[in-house]
Amino acid sequence: MNALYAFITVVILYLVVYLGVGRMGLETFFGVVIPYAAIVLFLLGFVFRIFGWARSTVPFRIPTTSGQQKSLSFIKNNNLESPHNTVGVIGRMALEILFFRSLFRNTKAEVKDNERLVYGPDKWLWAGALVFHWSFLVVFVRHYRFFAEPVPGFILGLQSLDGIFQIGVPVVYLTGAALLAGVTFLFLRRVVIPQVRYISLPADYFPLFVIMMIAGSGLLMRHFYKVDIVNVKELAMGLVSFAPSVPEGLGFIFYVHLFFVSVLFAYFPFSKLMHLGGVFLSPTRNLANTNRVKRHINPWNYDVKTHTYEEYEDEFRDVMREAGLPLDKEESVLPLEKE
Amino acid sequence: MTDAGKIIAGIVLFLVIVTSPMWYQLVSGSTPGAPKLEMPVDVTDCVEGADYMRAFHMDLLNVWRDDVVREGDRIHVAPDGKEYDKSLSRTCMSCHSNKDAFCDRCHDYAGVKPYCWDCHVEPREQP
Repeated sequence: MNALYAFITVVILYLVVYLGVGRMGLETFFGVVIPYAAIVLFLLGFVFRIFGWARSTVPFRIPTTSGQQKSLSFIKNNNLESPHNTVGVIGRMALEILFFRSLFRNTKAEVKDNERLVYGPDKWLWAGALVFHWSFLVVFVRHYRFFAEPVPGFILGLQSLDGIFQIGVPVVYLTGAALLAGVTFLFLRRVVIPQVRYISLPADYFPLFVIMMIAGSGLLMRHFYKVDIVNVKELAMGLVSFAPSVPEGLGFIFYVHLFFVSVLFAYFPFSKLMHLGGVFLSPTRNLANTNRVKRHINPWNYDVKTHTYEEYEDEFRDVMREAGLPLDKEESVLPLEKE
Repeated sequence: MTDAGKIIAGIVLFLVIVTSPMWYQLVSGSTPGAPKLEMPVDVTDCVEGADYMRAFHMDLLNVWRDDVVREGDRIHVAPDGKEYDKSLSRTCMSCHSNKDAFCDRCHDYAGVKPYCWDCHVEPREQP
């Protein structure tokens, strides 16, 4: 049901671009206004979300029990899983951000024969996420060729590496196919595994459908409908040089692609996709595990007003002496008493 | 916000990366217009229509290559019934003789590196 809501949303968005460009001919609106609006929304929203997180307090370090922390010299510690210094933290963050270390820890619980509960490793999510994210990154970087004139050499190098098998013309980029395969796998995983389906929300399915539309329309444009990429680059260069012009002859499928990319950018700051920025702010990953080595004092502790017994006795010594109470110090410190 | 410095540095880096096409455009200072092609002067008909060629020339060349190399089929029949030799260097390049001013302009602009010239000898400009 949740998948259906997300699917219907995507169908409505498709109808929007179909009516807008296919029927009403609003090329400038969909080619210039919406992309600009989406990128502005993306940048502002992203920065606001990050500042929101940065303002919230992280009271103390949260050690996770994935590695031996540094303690005594004869106990071997694991500086990647439980770092005690900045180098270790950078290593742990790099493992998390580049290789999804915590997904690699994923386990599954299954009831096997004789109703035994058996735990085992489950690397499928990790592998699928790795394929999906890395190919999406390469696809994203490859699109730089539309936004830079002359095209930088490393983009050309990346392209030739990506199309190394030279399948067909234009050559099939491996990451393009891998992206579509990866996003399809991540979707099927949500649908097929009952527990995952139970916890999946429309907000989980929607980005997957949008990315499917983007990857699908991109592959269609490249291999089947043959959009004129010189025109596409003309539009893209117009956008980045703030002199936008919409060339004739950009196919409808290109506007579908551009519209769904804009939708993804605009939706980004309001959604779970913010894990792009949020992963850098994970407190269990980016703080060194120095809870026992160093004393961490809560930085926003206020100064507590104290009134010690010495001060109390100083204040009431005369009264206390008259009442015959025992005193720690017999001598009065008040100058009045000395007279 | 005790890590304000790091977070602001991260945000600035993020903004610079996302907006980098803009800066690249400012630094390189290139004109964003589409490339102009040098068209053949005295010939108007091609092996297929211009729209088809713009979109599918690579497929046509690929099919030609397979036809010639694998089937020995060297004759292409154009929509107007005219027959052509299936050859990049003898048919295409006889009209579009200047590779730099025809092929490369769009290919370079769009960052496309076709592998035609891995096998074919690249035509040299006559001095």
